[in-house]
Amino acid sequence: MSSLLTTEICVVGAGPAGLKAAILARDMGAGVTIVDSGVSLGGQLVKQTHKFFGSRGQFAGMRGIDIANLLSDELLKDPSVDVLCDSQVVGFYDDGTLAIEKDDSIRFLKPERVICATGASERMLPFENNDLPGVYGAGAAQTLMNMYGVRPGNRVLMIGAGNIGLIVSYQLMQAGVEVAAVLEAMPQVGGYHVHARKIQRAGIPILTSHTIKAAHGTEAVEGATVWALDPEFHPIPNSERYVEVDTICLAVGLSPLTELLWQAGCKMGYVPELGGYTPLRNENYETTRPGVFIAGDLAGIEEASSAMIEGTIAGLSAAKSLGYQTDDFEERLSRAKAELRTFRQGPTGRKVRQGITKLIALTEGVRAFD
Amino acid sequence: MDDGRIKHHPILEFKEGRVVRFTFDGKELEGYEGEPIACALHAAGVRVLRESPELKRPRGFFCAIGNCSSCLMTVDGRPNVRVCVERLREGMNVITQKGKGVLLADN
Ligand SMILES: Cc1cc2nc3c(=O)[nH]c(=O)nc-3n(C[C@H](O)[C@H](O)[C@H](O)COP(=O)(O)OP(=O)(O)OC[C@H]3O[C@@H](n4cnc5c(N)ncnc54)[C@H](O)[C@@H]3O)c2cc1C
Repeated sequence: MSSLLTTEICVVGAGPAGLKAAILARDMGAGVTIVDSGVSLGGQLVKQTHKFFGSRGQFAGMRGIDIANLLSDELLKDPSVDVLCDSQVVGFYDDGTLAIEKDDSIRFLKPERVICATGASERMLPFENNDLPGVYGAGAAQTLMNMYGVRPGNRVLMIGAGNIGLIVSYQLMQAGVEVAAVLEAMPQVGGYHVHARKIQRAGIPILTSHTIKAAHGTEAVEGATVWALDPEFHPIPNSERYVEVDTICLAVGLSPLTELLWQAGCKMGYVPELGGYTPLRNENYETTRPGVFIAGDLAGIEEASSAMIEGTIAGLSAAKSLGYQTDDFEERLSRAKAELRTFRQGPTGRKVRQGITKLIALTEGVRAFD
Repeated sequence: MDDGRIKHHPILEFKEGRVVRFTFDGKELEGYEGEPIACALHAAGVRVLRESPELKRPRGFFCAIGNCSSCLMTVDGRPNVRVCVERLREGMNVITQKGKGVLLADN
């Protein structure tokens, strides 16, 4: 076994949540190591070529990639912060040691605190032939085209009209790919209307109350059958239509990437409004395992803006728990919590608010047994 | 090698690495050094990356982040390589994986 490395705080995942957590913990004076399995820092942000929505968020109006660079530079130019790219945390041992895989070898790191910000994974959808080559996650299609300049296909059927389905459809067009249609099982579009209007103006039909029945093809996708759904989401007989496409993109939701925290023994709650199994946590984003904090999509599927604020709270709290203190600590922490509340106000935040209420109740239930 | 590559983009510019040659099932292909092997294959029109062990169904690219195991191939004799995250190098020998793969002692 190779020698055991140590650090005060290890941040796992360098998306907007992890980057902010690392910056804030560093600002408080803590020693920080940040680990990410990607080649570069930024998580989902590095693929986002669109200007981020909302006037509320901290970086509204900036493109995702530019936000990623801004945050990463702050850590990369600071020699006191250890940045490990191309490194995946694959194990979380009982004594708190993390196993990190890089270039086919494993290194062990024992941090005093862990901030987990691993983000989310894309959901699969059951339909006939859904394993054919050419059925891709929408985020995967985005990686191919926006990071590596490779077209995912020539003609795409997009499943899901939430923000991801709408944005990726628009980006496919920008990459010179034809989008045959966007299907949405719900009777209305789930994403923001600005995004929906942009693709409708370009002539792409958004078929609400529709889903995919089957993919067709021998070696890879050559077409798809779609059908309409009634108000109870039952397929309407004889509503089948064939669409000729070579690629099917799934944008049917995300689930928190919780594997490491299951290993760590953190208690989970099933909260559909937050994307499924989500780690239980208190208001400082500390899980049921003391010293293990979370932030971002892992703590409930939401947005980059909220991920950054949660990262701020987790970073401040983790450093504080190690005894670091600054004059403005209380003020920064309560400001971040207030920003989160403002961000989640209004009708678009309703689902997340409901989810968090459930999660907090579950967390208190567990505490009552301790 | 440019068939599947985006040539004009309203926002992005793609930094292209050095062009390297590799083989796919014995056929010589080109790609950019350092890009994931799956990207080079996709750009060259290759979509079937392996055959599933039980039902022998074709499998391809899916998650792009090394999570889902849909894209496992045999690379330089090593089976079960996740080609969506493994970087391309000059002279690599990439083979469609059939079944679960055999681990060689000197791997
Ligand atoms: C198409 C699309 C458009 C979007 N548009 C917007 C928008 O306009 N505005 C907005 O606010 N939000 C938007 N979002 C949402 C936003 O991108 C996410 O909510 C945000 O990125 C979540 O941040 P995160 O830090 O929690 O996770 P991520 O950004 O997913 O980062 C997680 C990181 O953890 C790493 N990681 C995971 N597991 C491990 C491991 N075991 N070891 C090491 N590293 C690991 C991953 O490689 C990744 O880099 C969009 C998302 C998508 C997909």
